[in-house]
Parts: sequence; C-alpha cells; structure tokens
Amino acid sequence: MTHVQSTIHVGTGAFARPAEQSSAAVPRSMRYGFLLAAAILLSTSCSHQHTTSSEPKPTAFGAAIVESSGGKQVGQTGGLLPQPVVVQVNDAQGTAVAGALVEFSAAPDVVFDPANALTDSSGQVTTNVPLGGMAGRYQLVASTSDKSHKKVELKIEEIALGYQQTLGRRLNDQYCERCHNPESTVERVSNYDNLEVKPHPFTDGDTLNKISDADLTAIISHGGPALNKSALMPAWGNTLSKSDIQALISYIRAISDPPSRNAGPVYAKN
Amino acid sequence: MKEQLTSLWQRLFGDSVRAFGVVSLIFLGSLAIAPAKNFFSEWRHYQRGYLKMVRNRSDANTLQRHFHGGIQQIWLPELGVVDRCTSCHVGLKESSLTDVPVQPYRTHPVIPHKLDQFGCTMCHRGQGAATTVSEAHSSTLAWEQPILPAKYIESSCGECHRAPLPGTPQLNQGRSLLSREGCVHCHTVKLSDGSVMKATDDPPSLSHIADKTTREWIFAWLKDPQAYATTSTMPNFKLSDDDARDISAFLIANSTPVPGDTATLSAKASPDPAAGTSLYGESFCASCHAVQNAAGNMVGGDVGPELTRVGSKVKPEWLQAWLRNPRAYDPGTAMPHYRFNDSQVATLSGFLSTKTDSDLLANVHLADATPEQVAHGKRLVADYGCASCHEIAGIKKPENFAPELSRIGSKPVTQLVFLPGMQHTLPDYIATKIKQPRSFGQGLKMPQYTFTPAQIDSLTTSLLSLNERSNTLPPSLEVAATPESDYQPAGKAGKLMTDLACFSCHRINGHGGDMAPDLTWEGSSVQRAWLVDFLKNPGTLRPALIRRMPRFNLTDGEVNELTDYIMTVYQSPAVDRDSMPLSGYSQGQVELGRQLFYGKYACQGCHIVDSKTDKGYIGPTLTQVGSRLTAAWIYQWMKNPQALRPGTTEPNRAMGDEDAQALTAFLISQKGGAKKEVAKK
Repeated sequence: MTHVQSTIHVGTGAFARPAEQSSAAVPRSMRYGFLLAAAILLSTSCSHQHTTSSEPKPTAFGAAIVESSGGKQVGQTGGLLPQPVVVQVNDAQGTAVAGALVEFSAAPDVVFDPANALTDSSGQVTTNVPLGGMAGRYQLVASTSDKSHKKVELKIEEIALGYQQTLGRRLNDQYCERCHNPESTVERVSNYDNLEVKPHPFTDGDTLNKISDADLTAIISHGGPALNKSALMPAWGNTLSKSDIQALISYIRAISDPPSRNAGPVYAKN
Repeated sequence: MKEQLTSLWQRLFGDSVRAFGVVSLIFLGSLAIAPAKNFFSEWRHYQRGYLKMVRNRSDANTLQRHFHGGIQQIWLPELGVVDRCTSCHVGLKESSLTDVPVQPYRTHPVIPHKLDQFGCTMCHRGQGAATTVSEAHSSTLAWEQPILPAKYIESSCGECHRAPLPGTPQLNQGRSLLSREGCVHCHTVKLSDGSVMKATDDPPSLSHIADKTTREWIFAWLKDPQAYATTSTMPNFKLSDDDARDISAFLIANSTPVPGDTATLSAKASPDPAAGTSLYGESFCASCHAVQNAAGNMVGGDVGPELTRVGSKVKPEWLQAWLRNPRAYDPGTAMPHYRFNDSQVATLSGFLSTKTDSDLLANVHLADATPEQVAHGKRLVADYGCASCHEIAGIKKPENFAPELSRIGSKPVTQLVFLPGMQHTLPDYIATKIKQPRSFGQGLKMPQYTFTPAQIDSLTTSLLSLNERSNTLPPSLEVAATPESDYQPAGKAGKLMTDLACFSCHRINGHGGDMAPDLTWEGSSVQRAWLVDFLKNPGTLRPALIRRMPRFNLTDGEVNELTDYIMTVYQSPAVDRDSMPLSGYSQGQVELGRQLFYGKYACQGCHIVDSKTDKGYIGPTLTQVGSRLTAAWIYQWMKNPQALRPGTTEPNRAMGDEDAQALTAFLISQKGGAKKEVAKK
C-alpha cells in the first residue's frame, strides 16, 4: 500500500485526486517501480515542506472570531467575490484583538489572498476570495486559536454562479430587481415600497422554494394572474425567451435563503 | 549466500529444458504487461467507479443504458478537436447527476453549446487526446496546454465571439478596460478581421498645457496621479524627483498658447459658495463629473474627470475660458458647450476654484528650469512614450512602442521569464505583469496601474482570448461584433449637436453614449411642441433618476433648428406619426383604457398617471404623456415595445388591437394640469 501512495506524489503532483481512487495508480506504479525508493524519500521530504509554509507568529490571542463583512455574497465560478471577506477577532469581553493569527480554509480550489494573516490594529483581517470552479455554495472557515491553543472557528457561506445563473442575474438586473429587491442604491431606487402587493425578494427561500419550477415559469411567462396572484406582476413570456426564463429560475434557486432543494452541494473543506 | 544463489541458478537454468521453460514463462509474463496496463488504465478505473456509483441510484437503469464503455472521443476536424475527456468524465450529459459534488461524474453545467459539437478543449484547453489525468490536465514536456483555470474560462468564449455576450461579464469588462484604460495606446491589438482595437479614453493634449495648469501641479501629478484624483486612470511611472522636474520643465517650455486666447475675460470669479453649489447642481455637472464627499465616497459620473481637487490644478482664467466654451481648447471634448453667461461662468469657476487640497502642492518647490533640464525632459518624454497617449507638439506618436498583444494568449511558457515563487503558467504571468509590471526587472517602462484584483482578472481573461485560434478561426465560425458606428448628423443641426455634445450621453443610429435615452426614433415618438419646451427647459421624466439632462441656454433659433432636424430625420419607418389623431377618442374608449391600465395590465406598478394615487418608479411619469408622445407611437409601443427600442424594460404584452387602441386613447387623454380632469370624466 505504501507503494501505491508514493506513486501519487511522483505521477500526479499537480492534480488533486480523491483519495479513494488512488488504487488506479497501481499500473502506473509498475512504470515507476524503479523509482520506489526515491518516491518514498520524496514524499517524506514533501510533507515536511508543506508544514513549514510561512505563517506569521501571533502576538496575541482572542476568544472569538466574528464576521465583519463579506458573507453571503454572490460571485461567479472561479471569480473573485465582489467584496473582500473581513473577519474580526475579539477577546472574551468582546474587544477587538490585534496581532491574532487568522487562517482561512475552504474547498481545495478556493484560494485566499492572503490565506493567513495577523489581525490589524482594529482586530480585523481582510482577504480576497476567488470561489472554486463549480457553481454552488461554498463554506469558508476562518479560524484563530485562543490562549489555550484551542481552535475557534467561524463559518461563512458564499455563492458561486455558473454560466446559466450569471445570465439569469443579468436578466434579473434588467427586468426584475427594481421591484423584487427592496433595497435601494443611489443609482437604482427600488420600486418595492410603491407596490400595493409586495413582491417576493428572490432570496426569500421560505416562499419561493415551495413554488415548483413549472409554477415559477408560468408566473413569469403569463404574469401573476396565472396563479391567482397580483396583476402587478406582468407577463414576460413575449419579452423573455424560454431559456431566459430557465436562466432566471436557476439564478433564483441559486441565491435562495434558506437554500432550495436544487441548490446543489455545499463545497467545504474536506 | 553464494551457495544459495548457485542453487537457485541451478534450479532455474540447470538444464536446457528448465531454461527453456523459465525463459518461456518470463516471455509470456512480459507479453501480459501491455494488456494489464490497458486493463488497469486510469480511464477504466474511472468508468468502473462510475458504474459503481450509479448502481445504487434510483435512475440506475437509465444511466447504465446511456453508458458506453471504452475510450470515448469527440472528433471535430474543422475545429481541430480530438477530445477523449468523456472517457473519464462519463456523466457530463446526464442531467440527473447535478447532485454529484465533483467531477469526473457530475453533469456539465448548462451552456449554450452542445458538447458533441464543441468538445471540451475548445473552452477548457488541456490535451484532448490524452487518456491520463496528468497528461490531459497539466502541461507536460511534450504538450504545453494546461487546463485553463475556471476564473479565466470566459476567455474561450471570446475566441469566436467578438461582441459582448450577456453571459460573459468578465470578458466584456476586460475588453472594455483594454480600450478604456488606454492599454491599446501602447500595445497594438490586431483583431482577426484586420481591424485594430481602438482606445476609448481621451487623454488630453499637452500641447497647450501651460494655459491650463502650473509646472508644480504637473510635477505632483507625475509623481503620484492618484494623490490628485483617486479615480484617475493615469498610471504611476515611479519617476524620480529629478525626472519629474525635467519632464514638467519640458512640457511647460514646449506648450504654446491656444489661439483665440484665454486672458481677455470680463468676469471675475465669484466666491459665492451657495450660488455655486446650486448652479453646479442645476447644470447636472454630477451626471458626468465625480467629487469625493466628506465620507470619502465618490458622488457623480465617470464621463469627465474627477473634480475633488480641481482648484489646485487649473488656472482660474483657463477654467473660465473652458466653462465659456470647452471646444475652443479641446475640439473633441465630451463636455457640452453650455452657453453660460458671464455671471454664471464667474459663479461656477469661483465655486470650482474652492475645491483645493493644500497638501497637494505644499512640498513642491521648483527652481526655474535650465535648458539642460528641458532637453533631458524631452528625452524622458520620448523614452517613456508619453506621446503614445497624449498629443505633444513636436513629438511623434511612437509606433509599436510596446509589445503587440494580438496573440498573447498563445505565448509559449518557455518564452516567458518568471519571477521566483510564481506559478509557471501563462495566466499567472499575465496577471502578475499587469499587477506589478516593474517587478520583472529594473528599467522596464510599463508603469504601475491601480487596478482592483477583479479588474486584473478581467484584463487577463480578455488577453487570454487573443490567441492563435482567435486569429486563425475560419470566418464561418466567427461571431462578429457589430462594427462601431461613426454616425454624424449633418448640417447646421449636426454642428449644434456636436457643440452640445449630445452624443456623450445619447445614442443615435448606433453612435454615442448610453447614459440617456436612444434618440434614433425620437421624431416619431414625441410631439413637436413638447420637444421645443423640453430643449428650452429640460425636466425629468422619471421620478427616481439622478443622472439628468442639463439645461443649455439655447436661443429660440437653435431650439427650432434642433427640433426641425429631430422631427424630420429621426423617424421610424414602423410608426406613421400622422396615422392616428391626438384627440377625438370616445369617452368609452378612454374609460376602457383606464380599466385596462389599472386592472388587466396593472401599469401603475411602474408608471404614474395620477400623482395622488400612483407611485410607480420605474417607467416615465405619464401625467402629461398626452402632450408628449404621438398617438401612433403609443399604439405601436403597446403592441411591441422592444421593436421600437430593443432592450427596453417594459414587457411586451402582445396586446390585441382593441386593448392597444383603448390604452392609447386613455394615455393621450393625459394632458397634465386642468385637462386631466376631463379625462377623468
């Protein structure tokens, strides 16, 4: 069995292969058989290198870690989240702690910049996060150790949109958001408060998750009255194509909170 | 030990029969190596794993029926695709496998193309013909095409699609940054249709810069452009104090006064801050110019330069001349000629002059320039390629100043010099080069830009799309962009429209900005009297809009000139303005229209007809629509808004004739003011 594991280091160092599939490497090991000794040596030296990656030395320790901003964002697969993730380390009294070490981790293809850092004078660490290549939810973990070297963890969830959902988001921005998003910005004043019957924000999973794809398609294509709802929701079936509506629904499903059944898996640290 | 070996030898090869037997066995064994290697190959392993995973699912039968064992291949000779990826990635086309967390078994996400027609490597790169994971995904000695990281995947769309796509925001942003941030001033980017990518920024001419600003400001600006304006796109050349001193000396010495002169001004700047603030607001300067407020936020548009510290930059007499008529200094400027009167010029220039930052020039003390310094400055200006972006009298725009980027996305890794600690991949090289150009060596000329990490990813994506394939694609496969329109209105009205810079915000016949409505069919849309009124005193049609049309002090003659031109030329063939009357609809039709408006179509969700009860914030306010739009336009708009204005938010309700007629009657009856009561019955 050692034989098998060693060949993974030689053969496929760049590509992370799920551990359970390592037996596939058996025939490759024949090819690399003569390298067995060298491989074992390599694998031991490699594992040493990994543990000695540069990590700043903490000068203080906190008792809790909290999110300052950057949670529940919606990004694109592989792309940077629009805002950096900012976390804060506090002591037992809730005061910010400077100089505490915060480490970020997540699914293997999520890269943090930086992956670890000491908290600044306001007790915060800021990191830029590109999400992984698969659409779905990603769980990020920020951790720090307290005085007794026990790990304190904070879990943050982010959403990565795939191609279809990105398309849906664009349609949402153009046609839907002005009414369905109650929050106004300077550039985009929301129409939500003006409506007698309030539309459902697309993040409202409690309601939208109960509506089937077919029903959502019907409401979007034929307007609210199609399902005995308000006529304030117009019919979009002549403006949006079938695939547009599918894209919109996939976007709605992707950002719903709580997650919809079709939201796909949550990618987290192994 | 020796005895044991001898006895083993004896036992195996002691006599010829034994030797023959043993050698035959070895021979047979070695013959079995090839089939064994095949049997234990990676792709077989993944296929076995797939069947094992599928076995316990409820849809096992369907999935097993779809499964084909053996090496799978997508072969597309015209694209040069030989992709065997589906040998391991077995579940790509199975729509039920979206719940499988990772590849190789998960369904491929929905994309607009069919896998059978495009293969995998068209988008993902990598080695399609390889049948092991490492050879397919990583670059090897023999093959140099690693898998493209997911964050740059949109670059592959850009190989064929030249126009912006709705599903590729990152690629679109990257391409627009290449033009907007001035990259293509120095780097040539030839597109496959033979055209050259054009810059869309408009760096100011420096030929008359001494009219506009001081040498001290130029020095401070060169040292750190973002200290003057955080939104500035001018990069930092990391100049030494001496170099900045000499360049500023040269630019001032080289500057000639603008013909027509700026000095003869009657008005004195008026330091009335209240009047200034209100004129700045009324003129909607903020539609184009941003100012940083006390909280540090930028307020305003990004068409014109940021004005936070403009008082520390421009000379008061230049500012007054500019406000009087910007086209005298810069004929191509996006700034409209406002036709301010003397007292307005005085008020506004007084107001802008107070926007100063005392820190900016506090430590800049320059002695008079010597001829040597000026000469050295001129050499530096040539060395750094300043004339690539800026017009500078006496210095020619350098050709091919920086490496051409037309095929940068196919640059072999062996031709790149990497920094220690960098990943040896092309995307990483490009991204680092944009992020820290000077880190690759002393004496490099490329300056430091202030891109955000997301902008760097976008730029890298757009550069990766400029590659061998994008340049050699058969024209039949290319999805061309609509060529940039250079439409210009003709005659006196055309001159007037250029003078007022209408195209900085409005688009007509495919040319112009996108801040304000497209005016291509404006003549069919509006009534003449309304347009005259609007040009004299523009109001806003939408309740929640912050970017607005400024008021130009137009003469009656100018207003008539513009109106006549718009009403005659900007006519849609789909709308016959005179086919429907502006009055004379029956009360019954109006009433039916009202019911349809508030009932069946619930238009009040987005529009306001009765300002007491309606609140819709999205579409234009319709309280006076009967005095604004033509009946024929309203009727056609009801039937299909997108046909008249592609991309408009109003949904197409596919109305029948009767409904469209009734709504037209109802809306035409909305004349605003007293007449509205008539419509109410």
